[in-house]
Amino acid sequence: MTAPLDRPMTKEERAVFDRRRRARNWAILAALMALVVLFFFISTARLLR
Amino acid sequence: MSDATMSRTGGAQAPLAISAPVADGLMGSEVRDWITLLKPRVLSLVVYSGVAGLLVAPGVGEMPLVLALAAILCITVAAGAAGAINMWYDRDIDAVMRRTQKRPIPSGRISADGALAYGVLLAVGSVTLMGLATNWLAAAVLAGSILFYVVIYTMWLKRRTPQNIVIGGAAGAFPPLIGWVAVTGSVEALPLVLFAIIFMWTPPHFWALSLWAHQDYQRAGVPMLPVVAGARETRRQVVLYTVLLVPLTLVPWLMGFNSWAYGLAAAVLGANFLRHAWAVWRDAQDAAGVSQTQDMPAKRCFKYSISYLFLLLGALVVDRLWLVA
Repeated sequence: MTAPLDRPMTKEERAVFDRRRRARNWAILAALMALVVLFFFISTARLLR
Repeated sequence: MSDATMSRTGGAQAPLAISAPVADGLMGSEVRDWITLLKPRVLSLVVYSGVAGLLVAPGVGEMPLVLALAAILCITVAAGAAGAINMWYDRDIDAVMRRTQKRPIPSGRISADGALAYGVLLAVGSVTLMGLATNWLAAAVLAGSILFYVVIYTMWLKRRTPQNIVIGGAAGAFPPLIGWVAVTGSVEALPLVLFAIIFMWTPPHFWALSLWAHQDYQRAGVPMLPVVAGARETRRQVVLYTVLLVPLTLVPWLMGFNSWAYGLAAAVLGANFLRHAWAVWRDAQDAAGVSQTQDMPAKRCFKYSISYLFLLLGALVVDRLWLVA
């Protein structure tokens, strides 16, 4: 998409990048957990209907 | 997914090289960018109208709360998914429009492929979940709404015709219909009337905005009505569609779905909308229809159109649940 910049990440950029990736991973985990809980309740509601 | 724009420049110990836009975007939150792809500001109306369609459907009282919430979630996520795919497809014009050039894809914070995969995943997930939680007709209508927005509006009409908003407006009119079908499992007259109301509301709402915000579209080569037909014709169309919209909003009362209270509310709200549309038409303008008042009436009309739809649907739901039932 864009040409790679021919320089390494600075320490600060690396730290920010790691923080962004960690936040994304936590968000994915939260979304998956929410989906599991939702499926559980949907299944229960449909079975009891 | 911004990892996609990163590449290793050497062996295992080599530091990471990053693209310039990614470096610029590193300070932002990536999670926020993924949420931005869903066009959250547009979602408020989608959720609201979807909830309205669901609440006025017969039998909503017997529907388990979790299934109703799942239906609303699916409508929301599906609309967001369509927005993400729209951002993927429109990334070229987004990059040249001032209003959109800071979006995650043109600014390089999220890769185009990542955005597309995200949109498709959410679209498939929301349709599947809708089918499992409610019924497969609702899932089919939901899938149809996504395809309509992505294929008919985004890929086909948006860049080809100044009537893009009219037909594309149908995509935004689906939520109440989906909400209704999620409860009843069938398509009936009232949700189709709600569909038609939002369909008719979209042109005056959007064209009022486009009167003062069309330079961006002009720069991107998108044939919005003011760009192609001029401001004067756009003003005429705002009035025309408002005139068609107002009687349509009375149909739920005339068909006996709602009481006179809703009819009165619709008439008062509609009269005010007509007043705003008329002010847009009568705005001080030059021979080409360009405003001499910085489009103040159009700005007021646009703002009012948002409140109008929220109040109209609110009146419809309140009337149906507490006055008719």
